[in-house]
Amino acid sequence: MKELAGSSGLVLNEPLLFERGKRGRFGMSMPRRDVEYFPVDEELAGSGPDFPDLGEVEVVRHYTRLSTWNFGVDTGMYPLGSCTMKYNPKINEKLAALPGFAGAHPFLPTELSQGVLKMMFDLERFLAEITGMDAVSLQPAAGAQGELTGMLIFHAYHRSRGRCRSKIIVPDTAHGTNPASAALCGLTPVKVCSNERGVLSVEAVASAMDEDTAGIMVTNPNTLGFFEENIRGIAEVVHDRGGLVYADGANMNAVLGIVKMGAIGIDVLHLNLHKTFSTPHGGGGPGAGPLCVGESLAPFLPVPRVVMDSGLFRLSSDFPLSIGQLHAFYGNVGIMIRAYCYILSLGSELKKVSQLAVLNANYVKEKLKGILHLAYDRACMHECVFSDKLQAPLNVSTLDMVKRLIDYGFHPPTIYFPLVVQGAIMIEPTESECKEELDLFVEAFGEIVKEAEKSPELLHNAPLRSKVRRLDETGAARNPRLTCAGVIERGKDTA
Amino acid sequence: MRYLPHTEEDIADMLQVVGASHLEELFSSIPEDCRFRGDLKLAGPVTEWELNDMMAALAHNMAVAPEYKIFLGAGSYRHHIPATVSYLLGRSEFSTSYTPYQPEISQGTLQAIFEYQTLVSLLLGMDVANASLYDGASALAEALLMGARVTGRKKVALSSLIHPHYRIVVCTYLEPAGFEIIQIPYGLDGTTDLSGLREIEGLAAVAIQSPNFFGCMEDLSGAASCAHDAGALLVASFTEPLAFGLYKSPGVLGADICCGEGQSFGIPQSYGGPGLGMFACLKRYMRSMPGRLVGRTEDRDGKPGFVLTLATREQHIRREKATSNICTNSGLCAVTSAMYMASLGGGGLRELARLNYDKSEYLKGELRKAGFGIPFSAAGFNEFVVELPSGSEAVYRRLQDQKLVAGLPLGAFYSEMANRYLLCVTEIMSRQDMDELVSQLRAACNSLAGN
Repeated sequence: MKELAGSSGLVLNEPLLFERGKRGRFGMSMPRRDVEYFPVDEELAGSGPDFPDLGEVEVVRHYTRLSTWNFGVDTGMYPLGSCTMKYNPKINEKLAALPGFAGAHPFLPTELSQGVLKMMFDLERFLAEITGMDAVSLQPAAGAQGELTGMLIFHAYHRSRGRCRSKIIVPDTAHGTNPASAALCGLTPVKVCSNERGVLSVEAVASAMDEDTAGIMVTNPNTLGFFEENIRGIAEVVHDRGGLVYADGANMNAVLGIVKMGAIGIDVLHLNLHKTFSTPHGGGGPGAGPLCVGESLAPFLPVPRVVMDSGLFRLSSDFPLSIGQLHAFYGNVGIMIRAYCYILSLGSELKKVSQLAVLNANYVKEKLKGILHLAYDRACMHECVFSDKLQAPLNVSTLDMVKRLIDYGFHPPTIYFPLVVQGAIMIEPTESECKEELDLFVEAFGEIVKEAEKSPELLHNAPLRSKVRRLDETGAARNPRLTCAGVIERGKDTA
Repeated sequence: MRYLPHTEEDIADMLQVVGASHLEELFSSIPEDCRFRGDLKLAGPVTEWELNDMMAALAHNMAVAPEYKIFLGAGSYRHHIPATVSYLLGRSEFSTSYTPYQPEISQGTLQAIFEYQTLVSLLLGMDVANASLYDGASALAEALLMGARVTGRKKVALSSLIHPHYRIVVCTYLEPAGFEIIQIPYGLDGTTDLSGLREIEGLAAVAIQSPNFFGCMEDLSGAASCAHDAGALLVASFTEPLAFGLYKSPGVLGADICCGEGQSFGIPQSYGGPGLGMFACLKRYMRSMPGRLVGRTEDRDGKPGFVLTLATREQHIRREKATSNICTNSGLCAVTSAMYMASLGGGGLRELARLNYDKSEYLKGELRKAGFGIPFSAAGFNEFVVELPSGSEAVYRRLQDQKLVAGLPLGAFYSEMANRYLLCVTEIMSRQDMDELVSQLRAACNSLAGN
């Protein structure tokens, strides 16, 4: 195997937390007791959970070792398509942790929380400017909750016009969250297929759109990495029949300063701050999924909303048409702060972000074309989709190839999605990667394809250098072991 | 811009490879009538050093400890966070990774979440916990949707002493799908009045929060028997998990699903988010659960390892038939809370919980001695309701001017609760802080009565 810069090395073992520790150890400084003991109702009192007792050094070592088994954006290139794994600026972490933000209670009186409220008010305006939409709610805690919020607005809009609608158009290239979010509002998804260019045609949408259809959910650019070029025509058809157009903004990183969604017929759009606006993904969250709408839908946005009266920012729930509230408080403020810092740091250079993200994707596409089969041979936006068509005759699959990428020090791309491309390999390099890194990535894929011809068993067995090798996922699902063996049972015995 | 590594030379070389003459040409597939040709009107770009100053100015415009003494809880609690927790969760291998779809290079997150699932199950007395939901409010909504899936019914009953925001979130999630939501009233002792519950037919789930919004412990076993007699599930909600270091867990008391907010466990308050939706249930309902689950398995060499499992419940496989639409959750907050629970240990958790209880009892006693009313008699944990004389808004404002936030005015949430305030005391508050609150309250009340 050819040694590349990221090839793997030192890995230490570490047992489960429950196999560590000893009664009588403490990992946290116990605050001083300056009050007496008061009687506790014995009927209600319990024995407390049987957690292991660890010393501070044990805790630190446990999690430090665990962390070394993870691959993050700081470790290397993470070309996960439609996930926009760009660099997460460190200064934003530091600023979100300032005591004035991190220590702020959500029920602080208005006069005592002007700093955060101003940040939220400004961030809403920034996002409105970037998207060309009129009003923004920062409340949704992630993209899927943004989608749900959007579908609730569709529902409320149609109800306000006297008639609820029962269906929603969802293209075959959509993320799984789209139909799942729509179903939560009682909408039945109707699938429409993309055409031979990998985009939706006006005709396909027109034939599905009727008076019982609430509207359409479009991801633009879509998950094949193409701009939905017929979007204005599609919006016209949907609007003519009384429907609304929802845009999933998961792929906004391609069009910052290039397209304003509000100007191309979009009524509702969610953004993912943890994709486009650089907040860290945290191994699965927390993210934030702000929702942007046109003026006529603003009355339906979730409450409370940030408003400004005579120089004072405050939260207001005085919006009688609002769909309600989706978060215990006002959304993931800690994430908003990071995105706010990112936007301030870039300013109008955000356009450059999209230009370079698209340049990187097209560069990888050109360089990999021929090595891998390109699903649609045309210029792409921020991501490109290949498949395993050329390697399938060698009995080598997409899974085999991307698992081998791990040995070369790269995180695999998104695979087997979108569903319309068999054996899909969906690559989104983002603007964060420099040319040399992209060249290394292409070189690694080149090596892997050579290996596929000469010694496919290497790929079938990959990865070989990671902490663990391929895991038995079928067995895991058939016989689920979701907690440490014996620990829960012991806990119940002592309770 | 330092986040963009491309030199002019790189751009020129790369454009040549892709066959474009300039960056604009990369967007030629976008129809002209869809293009934005102006400049974004945004502040910035600012330097790192300017940004530091701007954010410091905003942060300065917030009231926080230690300058302010803030006796607020109501779903967000200030607890000490050990330096180790902040330090460890800042390891960028945890924070800059994605959802662990590639288990071979995500074992750190996966093992940490597997341990989290075990810790949460132990804490709540349940069999299984998921890898987290967004927060306590959406977790409750998801629990009720799950109750409907399990029972095939669409009617739920909610205690009126569940956090008011959580109840709004439940209505927002459930109403468009045609659910009937019944509010259960509360009684004179500050707990839910279960007496009418048996008369409601066709219930999918009964939801009770304990400790409830007034800080009182509920009769969860009584609620469990009512719910189970009606063929419904008992959903136990919570906003302060530290209480289970002192009191019996909801699982022991008969809850079928237990969910709530985990922010207390090492997560900064951050003006209400991000939080952590803890979610656990009995094993027999496992396959109806929302959210991600981590399971233990083996690799090809028989080495133990962890994977995301039971994915056939989830949106990326089942699409509109999924148990939930959730994708990104609160992964890093879940790991944070696990680090906190590991630091505290079983012994530490019991001790800290008891300290919260005793401090709160101390303040309650001092307020009583000073002549203030404590309207509810039920046992509490670290929050309780105090009654101030009428015209209390002026008292509250006066204390605010002295940098004391005297709890949450309840009148905004319960019209019958004017002049009543929800006070919270955690281990952060010293005896001196509490004495100061009592004496300032007394002084303010006296001086206003004198006017």
